[in-house]
Amino acid sequence: MSYIPHTDADRKAMLAAIGVKSTDEFFADVPASVRFPDLDLPGPLSEPETMRELQELAGSNAHTGEFSCFLGAGAYNHFVPSIVNQMIMRGEFFTAYTPYQPEVSQGTLQAIYEYQSMICALTGMEASNASHYDGATSLAEAAVMAINHFRLKRKKIILSPLVHPHYRAVLRTYTQGMGLNIVGDDQLDLTLSDLVPLMDTDTAMVVAPYPDFLGGVEDLKPIADAAHGVGALLCVVANPVALGLLTPPGALGADMVVGEGQPLGIPISFGGPYLGFFATKKEYVRKMAGRLVGETVDASGKKGYVLTLATREQHIRREKATSNICTNQGLMAIAATVYLSTLGRNGLRQVAEVCYHRAHYAADRIGELSGYTVLRDRPFFHEFVVRCPRPVADINAELLDEYGIIGGYDLGQDYAHLDQHMLLAVTEMNMPDDIDDLANALEEIAKQ
Amino acid sequence: MTEPLIYDYSSPGRAGITMPQPDVPLASFADLPNGLVRDPQTLDLPEVSQLDVVRHFTHLSALNHSIDKGFYPLGSCTMKYNPRINEETARLPGFAFSHPMQDPLTAQGNLALMYQLQEWLKEIGGFAAVTLQPAAGAHGEFTGILMMRAYHLDRGDAARKKILIPNSAHGTNPASTTMSGLEVVELPSDSRGNIDLEALRQACGPDVVGLMITNPNTLGLFEEHIEDVVKLVHGCGGLIYGDGANMNAMVGIARPGDLGFDVLHYNLHKTFSTPHGGGGPGSGPVGVSERLADFLPAPLVAIVEDGDDDEPPLYGFITPKKTIGRMKAFHGQFGMHVRAYTYMRVHGAEGLRENSEVAVLNANYLLAKLKGAYYLPYDRVCKHEFVLEGHWADAPDVHALDISKRLMDYGIHPPTNYFPLIVKEALMIEPTETESKETLDQFAEVMLTIAKEAHESPQVLKTAPHVTPVARLDEVRAAKELVLCCRPLPEWAE
Amino acid sequence: MNIPADLKYTKSDEWVRVDGDTATAGISDYAQTQLSDIVFVELQSAGTSLKQGESFGSVESVKAASEMNMPLSGEIIETNAALSDSPELVNQDPYGNAWMIKFGIADSAELAGLMDAAAYQKYCDERAH
Repeated sequence: MSYIPHTDADRKAMLAAIGVKSTDEFFADVPASVRFPDLDLPGPLSEPETMRELQELAGSNAHTGEFSCFLGAGAYNHFVPSIVNQMIMRGEFFTAYTPYQPEVSQGTLQAIYEYQSMICALTGMEASNASHYDGATSLAEAAVMAINHFRLKRKKIILSPLVHPHYRAVLRTYTQGMGLNIVGDDQLDLTLSDLVPLMDTDTAMVVAPYPDFLGGVEDLKPIADAAHGVGALLCVVANPVALGLLTPPGALGADMVVGEGQPLGIPISFGGPYLGFFATKKEYVRKMAGRLVGETVDASGKKGYVLTLATREQHIRREKATSNICTNQGLMAIAATVYLSTLGRNGLRQVAEVCYHRAHYAADRIGELSGYTVLRDRPFFHEFVVRCPRPVADINAELLDEYGIIGGYDLGQDYAHLDQHMLLAVTEMNMPDDIDDLANALEEIAKQ
Repeated sequence: MTEPLIYDYSSPGRAGITMPQPDVPLASFADLPNGLVRDPQTLDLPEVSQLDVVRHFTHLSALNHSIDKGFYPLGSCTMKYNPRINEETARLPGFAFSHPMQDPLTAQGNLALMYQLQEWLKEIGGFAAVTLQPAAGAHGEFTGILMMRAYHLDRGDAARKKILIPNSAHGTNPASTTMSGLEVVELPSDSRGNIDLEALRQACGPDVVGLMITNPNTLGLFEEHIEDVVKLVHGCGGLIYGDGANMNAMVGIARPGDLGFDVLHYNLHKTFSTPHGGGGPGSGPVGVSERLADFLPAPLVAIVEDGDDDEPPLYGFITPKKTIGRMKAFHGQFGMHVRAYTYMRVHGAEGLRENSEVAVLNANYLLAKLKGAYYLPYDRVCKHEFVLEGHWADAPDVHALDISKRLMDYGIHPPTNYFPLIVKEALMIEPTETESKETLDQFAEVMLTIAKEAHESPQVLKTAPHVTPVARLDEVRAAKELVLCCRPLPEWAE
Repeated sequence: MNIPADLKYTKSDEWVRVDGDTATAGISDYAQTQLSDIVFVELQSAGTSLKQGESFGSVESVKAASEMNMPLSGEIIETNAALSDSPELVNQDPYGNAWMIKFGIADSAELAGLMDAAAYQKYCDERAH
């Protein structure tokens, strides 16, 4: 019925060795009034029955294996090379614990060290940690780091309204007890240059997206210069696949680069588990939260890897630690490392370029349709905004029901001025035919 | 045995996979702002074949200890078997390839699963509501403390700033408290490993937000005065936070909600068998009593339209009235929810209770075998784990760390070291229910051999491990030199 | 254990050497032994005014982190720059090359509350048991 190996004889022998008659005796110190409750849970199922039930649940979802998908909004449908799953399915990786005992954890440690190196290369930064829960919590940890960098003397965070709405929400949730002043996204149509007048000597951190939630790409240099002009840190929220094509934030003045690593070989999986990457300059490393792997040597001089700078962390600093984090997304970080190793320098560039070209092709096709307007006031990477002739929810329902297409994100949910605007994402998974089908479907839907 | 870096296999022009070529009319990069098209030379990723990648990561994997390889009695971590069916269900296309932002109407299977999991966790813990959003235990703690803070503020009681925490607690407890803008008051333990009741009575007052308690605690001991503890804290207007790290001793044994707990985080990666992944992803759902339900993070899954005989109910996302906000993008570590659901479905109530009973049986069995050779500072019936002292007065040079390193030579992962802090030279041992009597017997035998070695040939322990891929590593050098990245940056970093 | 006779000591294991209206401070031999190999020293900058008992910096080994507190109130005049590159000096020479800060004494009456070498020796002995 379960995974317990004990035979009746084993149990008897063990109870006798302990000197008790039954396992009930182990629980004599549990108050009798609450001991051994009858739990109202469904009865056990065999593995085949369990598998059937889960298949039925999974089968009732629309998914990108069956439908063409133009939905992005922070989670992107990229190709996951078979090798990624095959590698992280190795039990030596996925059934290991956190590598606190380095002599028997060199596999995880070296893989994370390689992950850190690749995140540095991608973002153009000097140091990466071993990852956070997701992009949103990475951003929240960046805010905590900035505040602590200024020893709680600067309390203002300036946030572009075009940072992902979930990320902005998480940042506020995290910091609600810290007495911060978070501004910039109270007006949802502010651009990066509109943020500059908000900056002052109380500003600890300025947050700029790259590309932003609407897909747009803006030069980061002016905002970096402005932030540094008041002594504040610049945190860039980046899409890692876009960094295959775009100049890395590290070259444009970023002090921290955070973001969602899901596009690097991790399935969209209804939102998790994902991978929050976090990179910064070396001078800030001691203020950065999260695990960190460093190179060293063993007693015989052989190269090896260990978790380092643990003194920043909760198990040593306890209430003086600046973050309570005591895990990372280890297996997801290994997935991203396998992905980046497999694609390599040219492969990632190629994926980024294909996304860019196909997204622009899609924008061109849809822009030609009567009733639809593509917002092209700013350059974009692989996501763009379309003003629609009908409510987005209605269009999406028809796209799915009549054409087998998962449509775009309804921006009116988060941005009142973008009611009836759809955010469409295009990746290497959207073949040119899929894009033509989408354009044709939208055209027909507009006529109804 | 070492493995070169993946970069060491790199040779310009090699590629590990064929990806599509641009196959639509090319858009101009000139649309992008000036200087924002990356020079490909600065994209410093390795250029290797797919077989290089497979061999590299296969070699790396061989350098790890893992549950699949051998015994892993790591206290407080519940390193039980990770059932393979979980891995397969979580990867079913309908789960793995559904998008978090798609219309909930088109993801009813996911919502139904999340709703059921919420319901089952409510039932197991005796709570009014559950959120699946937190990504790990510490994340769940933070969620819980923020809710407790919000609850008092909502009542107009802003004077409460203190969280009481026993000195045996995990370091995450005080750290979560600080992150929430609250103050930590540490409570001593009594001679039987319980919270010192008198100290608790002194600390309880109108400035207390609540108490964080791990029960059974990190010594593996059930709090003998739990009802008094709850009464004292509730009596001063405070709330009880339960750290669910040790729920593997409690499922079907006692419900924290019935004991009066107001909040508890579950660790799906401990109690409900989702894999640890070499350090995440975890998952830390949080259950709450009625009075905290309105403060849960948003969104929750709920039935928005009842079903009937012909139609299943309609599930949707809802926002609790006084929510503290969002703890994470999207819906939590959904893939872990699928695994935990699968695990619960295979077990049912009886199976889950049996897991707890056998986890406790295994721990007490090991305790009985080891307590002669190792000092047991708190000699009581334990729950799913126990703490020994890894030090002998007549073998003064040997420390808990040496015992741990020596265990590696026998193919066994060390117990948790130097935690809890209230035991000197702590060795915290948690066998879990999926280990056989034979494995436990072998482990006990090895531990007795090591105790003997400690007295007769301590040098063997001091220089251990001897057969691992690397010997003891120079942590001082790592912290001083801080080599965190193997690649030099291009010159913009100067 | 080395406890120079000409210094004063605090309960949090800092030493202070008074020279007119300025003073030099660091951590004791006992403290560096407890911490083991020091890998990092962080000090507040010159010009910072602190009260007695407030943190003027922190030291870290691989297993512990410890705040260092002002033995007396005062304004930091100079910090020991050598420690950022060579934190091991704290282990090698805690009373000499590993001095941490020089500061101007704000209130010399506070000196009376510190321990002399004999009292500090006793204080260390007590904790060893």
